[in-house]
Amino acid sequence: MLYSDKVMDHFNHPRNVGVIDDADGIGEVGNPVCGDIMKITLKIDDDKIEDIKFQTLGCGAAIATSSIVTEMARGMSLKDAVAITKKQVAEELDGLPPAKMHCSVLATDGLKVAVDDYLVKHGREPIAGEVKSADPNFDPHADEDDHDHDEA
Amino acid sequence: MDTPRRIYFDYAATTPVDQRVMDAMMPYFMEDYGNANSLYALGRDAYRALEDARERFAKGIGATHPSEITFTGCGTESDNAALLGITARKSPKGGHVIVSKFEHHAVLEPAHLLEKRGYEVTYLGPREDGIIHVEDMVVALRDDTVLVSIMHGNNEIGTIQPIKELAAAAHERGALFHTDGAQTLGKIPFDVAELGVDAASFSGHKIYGPKGVGALYLKRGTPFEPQILGGGQESKKRSGTQNVPGIVGFAKALELMLEDQAEESLRLAALREKLTNAVIERLENTEQSTTVDPAHRMPNIASLLIKGVEGEAMLLQLDNLGIAVSTGSACSSGSLEPSHVLLSIGCPPEIAHGSLRVSMGRFTTEADVDYFLEVLPPIVERLRSMSPVYDRMFGSSAR
Ligand SMILES: Cc1ncc(COP(=O)(O)O)c(C=O)c1O
Ligand code: FES
Repeated sequence: MLYSDKVMDHFNHPRNVGVIDDADGIGEVGNPVCGDIMKITLKIDDDKIEDIKFQTLGCGAAIATSSIVTEMARGMSLKDAVAITKKQVAEELDGLPPAKMHCSVLATDGLKVAVDDYLVKHGREPIAGEVKSADPNFDPHADEDDHDHDEA
Repeated sequence: MDTPRRIYFDYAATTPVDQRVMDAMMPYFMEDYGNANSLYALGRDAYRALEDARERFAKGIGATHPSEITFTGCGTESDNAALLGITARKSPKGGHVIVSKFEHHAVLEPAHLLEKRGYEVTYLGPREDGIIHVEDMVVALRDDTVLVSIMHGNNEIGTIQPIKELAAAAHERGALFHTDGAQTLGKIPFDVAELGVDAASFSGHKIYGPKGVGALYLKRGTPFEPQILGGGQESKKRSGTQNVPGIVGFAKALELMLEDQAEESLRLAALREKLTNAVIERLENTEQSTTVDPAHRMPNIASLLIKGVEGEAMLLQLDNLGIAVSTGSACSSGSLEPSHVLLSIGCPPEIAHGSLRVSMGRFTTEADVDYFLEVLPPIVERLRSMSPVYDRMFGSSAR
């Protein structure tokens, strides 16, 4: 298994690590199988992501995908942010090893949960909907068919 | 990335070939390259080298006769052959087999195959101390138990099983006993007569010999159905033209291990103690994976549980600094399952997540240990500070 240079760069120098104290939206998701946990905090202004920080307990890929998702989402509209797919995350990192594709789900799901958290807090309809990795029965093995495209 | 040093702390995975082993092997690649089964001079020379190696290897493990040694292609092959070959000959129509839960996959997978073939297999668990206890095995033994296979030294947590007592208890119920000695051969005393085993498996690359050579000890008279069929080499027990350089290297490697075994195991045990004690002292929420006393641990394996961090992340950060270690974390397993060894001793998955195995060997120095102790704490602290749950899980003591 090999990580791309970009994955290693984000793993070694993760961007936007931390917690926004007066966050507008908070998302915490976990992968109950391998035990990794990710938390995203958002500062939102005019339905745009003004600031974003993450904390992750997890493998190299989990940290790298968390890091890149914060870069991708910063400045995005909420609608665009929840539309980021794990495939885009993997592409942005020049690919992920097949066994590590599920780690990128953690990052995109964390973002979705944080956005919906903001919307619901403001009495609005959630836009991301259900998120797999917030579900204790989530099975990362079920992603297997997506693996072929994104090999590193 | 600048790597100031290269420190290899994964000797339990494999070892570099010792220069003296290399020198012993070299003639058999290009000069004495004959097939040991050919009649002419070149073949006879190879044959002599092969049989000389067999004799020396047999002596090294306390076997009474060189014919009790079958050279194989690796430790995995030896384990496979022992489980499948002994059961097939002793009780071809099925029966009961006991293996421990924390065996290497080289034993567990053939055990699964035996189940498919109609044998009943008991997977015997170690206790929390990481040891297979004789009393527990006695309970599992049955009148129809054909074979028991329990490893000598565990490759992940480094615990040493009481093989002599286990083998004696198995024999009392009429079962044969195999042990996987891949991790302990040469590192601590391993004498087949003293241990009283019927079969034992070994691997060359764990003791500064080459990769791709193994050995299977089969005590005289032990029933065995060959698993690799062909030209009938190795007294028909394992067909295939023998890997003469590899076998010569393996025998040399074993002799070198035995030369300074006592001092070397003391030296490594002292380094292991220094390393584990210092890690536990310098890092909160860190412990050894078992509490068994040092006398029941392999001298060269330190098995640490560093809570609240993920093992692969630690491994990669250490690699950035030139240090090679291994982990039993689910994230680095491919299957996304934590190490079956750690689970078998009751370690919860979230704790196995932060497991780190540091294994040392011939070229490990105290300076290597000092360097490791210098660089590990900041890595762990940084990863913990990036975790969303560390404070929550470990309270105010968290840093
Ligand atoms: C306990 C144990 N048994 C068997 C093996 C397999 O040996 P080999 O790599 O030679 O197949 C290993 C090492 O990988 C081991 O640690
Ligand atoms: S999140 Fe566990 S494998 Fe990456």
